[in-house]
Amino acid sequence: MPAALRTARNGGLLALAAVIALLPLALANNYFYDVAVLVGLNAIVCVGLNLLIGYAGQISLGHAGFFGLGAYGSAILTARYGWPPLAALAAATAGVALLAYLVGRPILRLRGHYLAMATLGLGVIISIMLSSEDHYTGGPDGMSVPPLALFGHALSGEKAWYWVVGALLLLAVWLALNLVESPGGRALRALHGSETAAEVVGIDSVRQKVMVFVLSAVFAAFAGGLTAYYSGFITPGRATFLHSIELVTMVVFGGMASTFGAVVGAAVLTTLPQLLTVLKDYEMVVFGAVMMLTMIFMPKGCVPTLAARFAPGERK
Amino acid sequence: MNLRSGLSTFARFASIATIAFAAHAAAPIKIGSFLSVTGPAAFLGDPEQKTLELYVDKINAAGGVLGRKLELIAYDSGGNAEKARTFVKRLIEEDKVDAIVGGSTTGETMAVIPLIEQAQIPFISLAGAIDIVEPVKKWVFKTPATDRMACEKIFSDMRTRGISKIGLISGDGGFDKSMRAQCIKVAPKYGIEILADEAYASKDTDMTPQLTKMRQNAQIQAVLNCGFGQAPAIVTKNFRQIGMTVPLYQSHGVASKVYIQLAGGAADGVRLPAAALLVAEAMPANDPQKKVVEGYKHDFESRYHQDVSTFGGHAYDGLYLVADAMKKAGSTNKAEVRNAIESTRGWMGIDGEFNMSPTDHMGLDLSAFRMLEIKNGDWTLVH
Amino acid sequence: MSAQLLQYLLSGLTVGAIYALVALGFSIIYNASNVINFAQGEFVMIGGMATVSLIATGLPLPLAAGLAIAATTLVGLVLEKLAVERVRGESVVTLIIITIGASILLRGLAGLLWDKNLHALPAFSGERPIAIGGATIVPQSLWVVGVTLVVVAALWWFFNHTLHGKAILATSHNRLAAQLVGISVRRVLLISFGLSAALGALAGILIAPITFTAWDVGVMLGLKGFAAAILGGLGSGPGAVLGGLALGLLESLSAGYVSSAYKDVIAFGIMLAVLVLMPGGLLGRRSAERV
Repeated sequence: MPAALRTARNGGLLALAAVIALLPLALANNYFYDVAVLVGLNAIVCVGLNLLIGYAGQISLGHAGFFGLGAYGSAILTARYGWPPLAALAAATAGVALLAYLVGRPILRLRGHYLAMATLGLGVIISIMLSSEDHYTGGPDGMSVPPLALFGHALSGEKAWYWVVGALLLLAVWLALNLVESPGGRALRALHGSETAAEVVGIDSVRQKVMVFVLSAVFAAFAGGLTAYYSGFITPGRATFLHSIELVTMVVFGGMASTFGAVVGAAVLTTLPQLLTVLKDYEMVVFGAVMMLTMIFMPKGCVPTLAARFAPGERK
Repeated sequence: MNLRSGLSTFARFASIATIAFAAHAAAPIKIGSFLSVTGPAAFLGDPEQKTLELYVDKINAAGGVLGRKLELIAYDSGGNAEKARTFVKRLIEEDKVDAIVGGSTTGETMAVIPLIEQAQIPFISLAGAIDIVEPVKKWVFKTPATDRMACEKIFSDMRTRGISKIGLISGDGGFDKSMRAQCIKVAPKYGIEILADEAYASKDTDMTPQLTKMRQNAQIQAVLNCGFGQAPAIVTKNFRQIGMTVPLYQSHGVASKVYIQLAGGAADGVRLPAAALLVAEAMPANDPQKKVVEGYKHDFESRYHQDVSTFGGHAYDGLYLVADAMKKAGSTNKAEVRNAIESTRGWMGIDGEFNMSPTDHMGLDLSAFRMLEIKNGDWTLVH
Repeated sequence: MSAQLLQYLLSGLTVGAIYALVALGFSIIYNASNVINFAQGEFVMIGGMATVSLIATGLPLPLAAGLAIAATTLVGLVLEKLAVERVRGESVVTLIIITIGASILLRGLAGLLWDKNLHALPAFSGERPIAIGGATIVPQSLWVVGVTLVVVAALWWFFNHTLHGKAILATSHNRLAAQLVGISVRRVLLISFGLSAALGALAGILIAPITFTAWDVGVMLGLKGFAAAILGGLGSGPGAVLGGLALGLLESLSAGYVSSAYKDVIAFGIMLAVLVLMPGGLLGRRSAERV
């Protein structure tokens, strides 16, 4: 069994790498590259969030808060304090990791809907503070962000960013897959099955949960910082409750407990609004209907349901 | 070559050229737009989109611009700056538009400005903050009068009423904060002192706590509400509910009938700066703006059966500025159109008379705003 | 008591009563099905907007309100039948996504059916402010608080003294046992959704004269109602009411005494603190988990 598993994992990674390498053949102009970059950035957040929701069985309705903090942290350090962008990105991500650790310990003792509300509340608090502290953040209208510069060369242009984000996404997926297979990952999945039972066999459930929470926050903050540099502009809208819901939807739609599912979910739900613009006024109705129908007919999400149908022998 | 074969060759070339020219001329001029038709700024984007559609049809019915029809490509950015960026990239790269008229909110406009400057395409924004045109960006223009001008209009009216100490209350939205910052900046110039500075969240349903705090201060002679959306109507009702009698000023953000419908009787006596559109009938016959304004009001109301608002007026001005610039330049070449927009002089729009220049990409002065007072549920001009 | 404090308390109670009604809607559905219905806010919106359009056709307010509540109840029943019933066994997250999808769908439909503007309903009994000890309150606030009290009392009677109500309560305590004694869990679910929808619609009609209604009022109200339900303890009726009032008062007092800009931060912050210290909410049941 382990060998088969490894093949499936490597196969998946290879497939993803192939898609990333070959996709530019279908991308006609910078607009398409732009959407691809956004898909990639969302996918990085979703891969991390999936570790929390899918594998550890927890929930977070406030992850956009971490994304926003990563974005603003990088933006403020670079724009207002002149830090080199990579250092700012690293510092912002580290800062968010610390925050997630401090907040995670008390919050993760909660379960189910109470945890959902606590993370929601956290996200709302972060988003309000980002919008109110206009002295640092530029307020509700946002602030502009200098480009990501490495040794004097600015990383700009949709094509260049496509390759950078593609590589980082592969790295993120690889990391997530490794984590899931590691002893830590197995402890996580035990937690998901039954917390009480897991504790009986000696797993410190709170510690495990906090670690995953921090890791998923790191993924989100990192992606947030990258988004800030890519867009050249950041607004508090990135940290709102609605954005948190979008992220959770991507993970659940694509398939919980499936890293590749998270990538698929991000891809579909990021491009869907672009496709639906033809529907103009009906866009919202169709989007809501898609969400509902997917959950009704594919409650485990796209990738697991389709995988079960087409490859019933493989364990995931 | 004899005359006959020469003529027929010439005729052949001429017919090919004519067909080619006609085929090219038949290709429509693409006007791109991104508006907040849904989302928190929907009451901005909705009339803006309706106005653009109405007048693109009208212009086309009258023969189009430079013999070509206009085609409107409009996306709904929902007040979201990130979506606005993606849509602008789409308009520039995929739809290949000739000019962009859009950006209902300041946040979205500021987010797309780097793209506009890089793509070198003329862009007329429909948003309010002064930061859009100060400092001037080469390819960016705007039609609504700035929030700073609104403050100045309000403060000069206060000064004529002998008011010098006021209370400020504003929301947490971009418009509110930007206008509040501008008002604080220009207040000393008019001898106005701000004694209280309260805030609320845009979806709040009760502002009596904040207003009660202000009522305690007997020195406050007037209250200015820098807000837009539903909150100013609630502020107005709360204001009367707790019995405050000092003058209440609103911003140009509430310049639509919806505000009066919501605030009801509480709105009587409220003053605000607004474009003349709202008092079209009350304007004297010799007012140079009367004709344009009445025409727009009639067209919009007869097609959509809803009250006209100043926000739609911004879109009218934006569209016609671009169309007229194209006619003046005689082409859709982006640089030439930009130059033509920048050299607009004495052009009468819904927002006022536009006089653009290389240092002024908005082109309006304080006369664009009229001071209005609400009496018996309707707008009246204050002279 | 200073007039200022009294004003804050009165305004907090009015807002809190609305949060309480919305929170009750959350609690009733949660009790019957362990589902958090994120579309609860949209029920509030539909109640208000439907009443506005019915009044515009000339109907008197009471009739329009009654029809609007009936229409919203129907929407709730349809939602339950078509969506929730099919995914009953799924994980918490799946259920959350379905109801969020439903809320987006309903909001989109509302945007199509009605316009994007704000609308006001006429106040039930006029707008003359009533002075109470130096503070003022509008008559509509009295309606809001009064009707909420009546509703809470009626629900208490329903759940404790009628067969249907007791059936719902039984299902919430132990679904299997309830089925064993012959209670149709499916019908209980249906009734819960219908009841919550009606409550939501009523809340929407009550506050529309004060806070106006529009196609998107459901988002914020749903969020605050959810927070109030959690604060008071999910699944507890009295908890929902207590949570709603507490949240309303917290907001009002923070705006008055601390900072109007940060009042939501303070309210959510306190809620977070309560959750951490009392994981079941103020009146929540300490649940035992079966292994």
